[in-house]
Amino acid sequence: MDELLTLLQRNALESPKNLARMLNTTEDAIKAKIAEYERSGVIRGYQAIVNTDQLDVDLVRAVIEVKVTPEREGGFNRIAERVSKFPEVESIYLMSGTYDLLAVVTGHNLKEVAFFVSEKLATIEGIISTATHFMLKTYKNNGILMELEKLDERLKVSP
Amino acid sequence: MNGSKSRLENPEKPHQRSPGEFIARHLLNIPRSGIRDFFEIVSSRKDVISLGIGEPDFVTPWHVREQAIYALEHGATSYTSNRGLLELRRAISTYVGKAFGVVYNPETEILVTVGVSEALDLALRAICEPGDEIMYHEPCFVSYAPEIRFSHGVPVAVSTTRENDFRLTRAMLEEKVTPRTKALLLNFPTNPTGATLTQADVNDIASFAKQHDLLVITDEIYSELTYEGERPSIAAVPGMKERTIFLHGFSKGWAMTGFRLGYACAPPELSEAMMKIHQYIMMCAPILSQKAAIEALKTDQDTADMRASYEKRRNFLCSALNEMGIPCHLPKGAFYVFPYIGDYGLTSEKFALRLLDEENVACVPGSAFGTSGEGFLRCCYATDIEEIKEATQRMARFVKRLKR
Repeated sequence: MDELLTLLQRNALESPKNLARMLNTTEDAIKAKIAEYERSGVIRGYQAIVNTDQLDVDLVRAVIEVKVTPEREGGFNRIAERVSKFPEVESIYLMSGTYDLLAVVTGHNLKEVAFFVSEKLATIEGIISTATHFMLKTYKNNGILMELEKLDERLKVSP
Repeated sequence: MNGSKSRLENPEKPHQRSPGEFIARHLLNIPRSGIRDFFEIVSSRKDVISLGIGEPDFVTPWHVREQAIYALEHGATSYTSNRGLLELRRAISTYVGKAFGVVYNPETEILVTVGVSEALDLALRAICEPGDEIMYHEPCFVSYAPEIRFSHGVPVAVSTTRENDFRLTRAMLEEKVTPRTKALLLNFPTNPTGATLTQADVNDIASFAKQHDLLVITDEIYSELTYEGERPSIAAVPGMKERTIFLHGFSKGWAMTGFRLGYACAPPELSEAMMKIHQYIMMCAPILSQKAAIEALKTDQDTADMRASYEKRRNFLCSALNEMGIPCHLPKGAFYVFPYIGDYGLTSEKFALRLLDEENVACVPGSAFGTSGEGFLRCCYATDIEEIKEATQRMARFVKRLKR
């Protein structure tokens, strides 16, 4: 993968000037490359990684295993697209194994998510069954540890 | 000074030596490491950003640590054979063969040591007789000259300069060689300059060593951290294996400094001579570290990932320094940049102390690495990129004030 993308995945706020220094190129070249990635859709957006456990907000998150009857011609795509239109669905993946789709769903409370699953998701034609698992605590998200990192134990100066 | 005279004069009441008078005289002449003095000043301060650390900022890769835990859980707490675990020596043999193009016999030519530091000490003690001259290039790692003196050898420094990116040339060596010269100590990529050699440089040095019948001790500890160009080892030059002691270890490339694990590869006679010292002073390297090292050598991915990360930080630090008016060549190896600060009218020590005092940034004065390091600073980029960014902003502010 392009090293520029690796750097942006780690810190999307990194300035083009600093990126240019790190990759031994010019600021303009970096800006052009990013613009091209954005235009072609390789870069789909930029988000902050928030540790919601630390906030006093009503937010629950669940992963839902969904079994689906695949359709002739559409396969799983049509149902996956339909499910992904719900704003409650944060992410959705096609999986191998004992179920077909894995959806990450958020809501203000347990009841809200349960309602979404039973009323909206389970009733879609083609969905055979669902299994809901509520998330209790986030330890690591998108490569970022949610606990504070431990201090550098190295000596301050060494040969 | 010495009690022997007064003892002769007055055999009834011999002179009583003070604690200091018991110390061997050849030791008294060796100064403390300049780095240690600097360390004490830095440690006394708060909120310092340190570019003065000479070790990776990565923690040892998890699979390596996990293997050490597994070994401990399964009771790996004994001595190993003096040379080290045969499985590890085999892995080292394979790795060195593949990476450097020279094959050593794991049974007779490889010795596992407590860091390269022990390996270098063994090598020097195995070859040095009082008065033997050992050449080494400067600026260099702080231990070389003292270790040569501990072995009763005479250190002969060969200065390298920024004009040719601190490379070592045959002409420089020819100037310092004498009939008493016994060995040449190499360290490329170099701490503190990050200098590397080309294959042509290495060939030149090899033919110099052959012409003057010298042994070469090559410390390749930073070898995996070579960012561009060749990575030649003198041990691989035809006809050189017989007169080379190849030293390497896991501290830098694998981020395993605290495991204290290195190795020496040498022809059987030399290896046996080093082994003689090792078996009496050390017995063996710690078994847990050896088990961890076997795991470390199973993949090249860890070193590749770390190298890629260091490279970006090197580029950043080097261009930031040049932009602020501190000339800095782009070093091809290790994890140090060695910028020139001689135009600011301060000695490197004074510059480093003022930088620390005024902006809380710690860099090691180049003079700590030998007299030819005067006028330079060693800045280590094995530090979090955010810290490097902050440090360069502070340094820019500092030199702006100096210029006025």
